[in-house]
Order: sequence, then structure tokens, then C-alpha cells
Amino acid sequence: MRNAFAKKITELAKTNKKIILLSGDIGNKLFDDFKKNCKNQFYNCGVAENNMVGVAAGLSKLGFIPFVYTITPFLVSRSFEQIKLDICYPNLPVNIVGTGAGLSYARLGATHHSLDDISLMKSIPNMRVLCPGDSIEVEQLVSGVIKSKKPTYIRLGKKGEPTINPINKLIKIDKINVIKEGGKILIVSIGNMLGVASEINQILEKQRKLSTLISFHTFEEGSLKEFKNLINKFKIIIFLEEHFYEGSISNYLINTFGSELRNKKIVHTNIKKDFYCGLGEQDQARKKLEISASQIIKKI
Amino acid sequence: MDAKIKNKIKKVKELCKNIRTDILRMSYKAKTAHLASSLSCVEIIATIFDQFLNIKKNYINNENRNRFILSKGHAASTLYSVLYRKKILSKNKLNSFCKTGSLLEEHPSPKIKGIECATGSLGHGMSIGCGMALGYKIKNNNSKVYVVISDGECNEGCVWESALFASAKKLSNLTVIIDYNKWQATERSEKVLSIYPLDKKFFHFGWEVIVLDGHNIKSLINALRKKTKNNKPKLILAHTIKGKGVKFMEDDNNWHYKSPNQHELNKAIIGINSI
Repeated sequence: MRNAFAKKITELAKTNKKIILLSGDIGNKLFDDFKKNCKNQFYNCGVAENNMVGVAAGLSKLGFIPFVYTITPFLVSRSFEQIKLDICYPNLPVNIVGTGAGLSYARLGATHHSLDDISLMKSIPNMRVLCPGDSIEVEQLVSGVIKSKKPTYIRLGKKGEPTINPINKLIKIDKINVIKEGGKILIVSIGNMLGVASEINQILEKQRKLSTLISFHTFEEGSLKEFKNLINKFKIIIFLEEHFYEGSISNYLINTFGSELRNKKIVHTNIKKDFYCGLGEQDQARKKLEISASQIIKKI
Repeated sequence: MDAKIKNKIKKVKELCKNIRTDILRMSYKAKTAHLASSLSCVEIIATIFDQFLNIKKNYINNENRNRFILSKGHAASTLYSVLYRKKILSKNKLNSFCKTGSLLEEHPSPKIKGIECATGSLGHGMSIGCGMALGYKIKNNNSKVYVVISDGECNEGCVWESALFASAKKLSNLTVIIDYNKWQATERSEKVLSIYPLDKKFFHFGWEVIVLDGHNIKSLINALRKKTKNNKPKLILAHTIKGKGVKFMEDDNNWHYKSPNQHELNKAIIGINSI
């Protein structure tokens, strides 16, 4: 997802000189092409995230389209007040791009985990939350945010996530992305769990159980309405999200559509609030927290 | 002193008198705190608005205007008053200060026309100012950005993050003025945290520093006019007196929270008009 973001933002910034990329001293080599092609549009703001977010607000006031990029917790929790007051209160179209969704940086330790970011960002008025599931979604959602001017949080994973969507798939902000259709089981993937979601879909297929797979990538009104209309025809609904269950989008959907979901079997990833240590790499971490495909399947 | 400068100073002085009268009345009517903090930065704000913002018709809709940020948002009444005196806010709006339903609250809201950003939580304005100054550099536009902060505000880490940023990115179009009234909410600033010496600190952070009397309009005009060398951002350390202009409030930190009663208001206004 990181590489897809770098590629897309470079492509867009070449022709749109209003795009400014601010980085918190990360992305070594990742943005070389951007820096080469868009000289006055890249600024390394140092390891000073609070200031970086304020700078983005100031640039936005002058008509620029800033993208603020660094490791998620250093943006969304460290600079929470700057995001809230400098960007969301005046409703400025600044894009907060956090890399390392969920357990992407599992082995880097609890300082780098990102299991509370959705909860924090969706608590701010005016803030739109985007959780792309693969590179295809990253590219199309990034293109989309430039046209629709709103404060936006973009939750990226790391690199090397499986690409689930076909290359030419049309993905729109605030529209649920239906990846596979069929059966009475609905798999709702939120963000970087799309690979696991697809695995579950395939395992079920082998068991001759058809399922519908959706990527719920935008937390906004349109997607919520669409979701409400969609769930009626399913008997089992599986919510997958690499985030503390408390404060997650899954939790929000389950609570909000409680009456529509009555009499349906609900399975959801259930990461408890904790400072996790010793999780290993992301794959092992998922097993430890019981959110791998094989473990979820057993709960159905 | 040539007549032109004299006239300018006279004009700003008159504006200061009007602002002081406005903010005293506002604090009296709405029973609001931070009166003394509002009084200490009157000359600074009046000079910038009158002499450096080029306020013309449609000023607030011009994306490339000279920008002003009151980072010490608790001095909002001074900002509201100057916006009214410069015909950006209506008299009705000003009179709505702190009434239910009014946008004019004790700290500035970005929902008010003419206010650049939400301040009140300290340490935000300089970063936003840095972003604007960087934006003008990218645009190759000569517009300027002015940010007023307080000495107490220098407790905030983000002030120093933006101080590092501004000098690294050579933001010579950015001027930060510290309203150096030596008090913060509950104590002398020098007793709370080791923020001094502020001039030397900013100098070593790569800023061009000017130290002056923050109530001397001529010094303020000269310092604000001065171009910095080597593309350095400019820091004006303005020595001020908290509660300035009202003898019985001057340097008395009780007026950080107190608002005047009718008798005190009358006495204060008589004092201001007799200067």
C-alpha cells in the first residue's frame, strides 16, 4: 500500500502543482521519484509531527492540497489536537496519511502499533476515515480525495499486502466495494484485513459455501446507508478489522444496525485493548490475537 | 521625525484607545477573564492591522492577503475589537460578544470571517503561520504572515518545533511577535519554566531577533518593516506590561481572571481618555 501511495501521489502531483507532500522524516527512497519530479512540492518536516500538521493547515488555507505522511501513531495520537483544531474545526481539505495500519508494524513494538487510530479519527467532527484494503483501493481513493475536498484520514498498511481487487476495478469514496457476490454469508473487510477476508472467502468456497466479500473502505454516510440496505439478505456476517474492537468501525456497525442484524449470526475480530508485546511479525501477531483466516473460520 | 510617520503613529494611538475602550466594555458586560492579557498586546495588534495588513475591500476573501494569527487566543477581545475597527466585523457582531448564540466567544473560532484559525489551545498559531509562509514562498508571492504569541505560550513544545521549522525552511516572510508581559496564568513566567532568555533562544534557533518596547508604536513600525538577512524568519521580543493602559491593572496578575465592575470600568475609561 505504501508503494502504491507513493506511485499515485507522484503521478498526481506531476500535473497538480497544488499537491504538497509533507513527511515526518520517513519514507527513505520511497519518495525519491516524487522529489525528483515535483521539486517544490516535497518537504521533510523532521520528527516534529505536531508542527507538521499545523503547517499543513496553513498550506491548505492558501489553496494547497497537503498530504501529511508518517507512521500512524505519531500522527493520529501524538498530533490529535492539531488534527482536531487546525484541520477539522475549520474543515480544511488536508489529508492525514498514516502508514502501519493495525499490526503492520507488529514487531516494532506497541509504540508503533496502530490499533486505536480509527477510533480516534472517527471521533472528530468533519473527519472522513478511509481504510483501503489493497493497492488498487489506495490508488483510486487517493485520486478521489483530491476532488472531494474534506479533511481525510487515509489508513495505509505497509508494503507487500496481497492485491485482491482486479487492476481496472472502479472504486469510489463512500461506496462499498463489492468484490465477490453470492451466498448467505457476508464478509465485511475493513482496511488491511482484505487479504485475510479473501482467504476466508476462498476457504468457504472450498467447503462449497458461497460468500459475498465487501471492502468497507470509507466510514461515511453513503457507505453506512448502503450497508444497511445490503445486510438484509445474509444469514451470517463476518466483520474483519485489525483494530481494538472497542471504537472500531465493526463495533459501530454492529451497534448501529443492531435491529437489522438481529437473528443473524455475527462473527467479528475481537482485539482487546492492551499494549501488546512479543507479537512477532504481522502473520504471527494475527495468530496470537486470533484473527487469522483459519481461526476466524472456526467461529462461523 | 517626519510628519508622515508622526501621523501614522497618531492614527495607531487613536486606534489603541478605541480598542482598549472596547475590550474593557466587553469584559465588563460579558464578565470575561483575560482582560489584562488582551490589554498587553493592543499596540502590537493595532500596529499590524493598521500598517501592515493592507486591509482593503474584500480583504478577507483574498487568498493572497497578508495574514494575521493571534496564537494567544485568550486575547480574543483585542482581535474582535480591531476587526470591528477595521470594518471586518459589524458593530452588532461585536456587541454579541459572549452572548448565547454568538460566534464571538472567549477564544477565536475559525467560523468567524476574518479569523484565520482556532486558537485558545496554546502553541498552534506558529505552525499554521509557518504553513502559510511556506505557501507564499512556494507561490512566489510577497505576502507576509504575522503571528502573535505569549511568553507563557513558549512553554508549549510546538512553539519550538515551529521555530526549528521556520529557520530551516528560510521563512523570511514570517514574523512572530512575543507579547512578553512576564506573567502567565498563575505565576511569573520566569518562575514556571526556564523559557528565558527568549531572545537568545530564538537567535540560536536561527531567527533574526529584535527586542523592543511593545507599547512603542514607532519601534514596532520600524521592526515590522525591517527586512531580515539571509532569509531568516523574524522574532520580535516585545516587552509589554500586562494590563497596560489601566493604571490599577498594570502588572497585577489578578486581572488575568477578573473583570471590572461599573466603578472600575468608568475609572479605567477615564484613564485611557486622559492619555
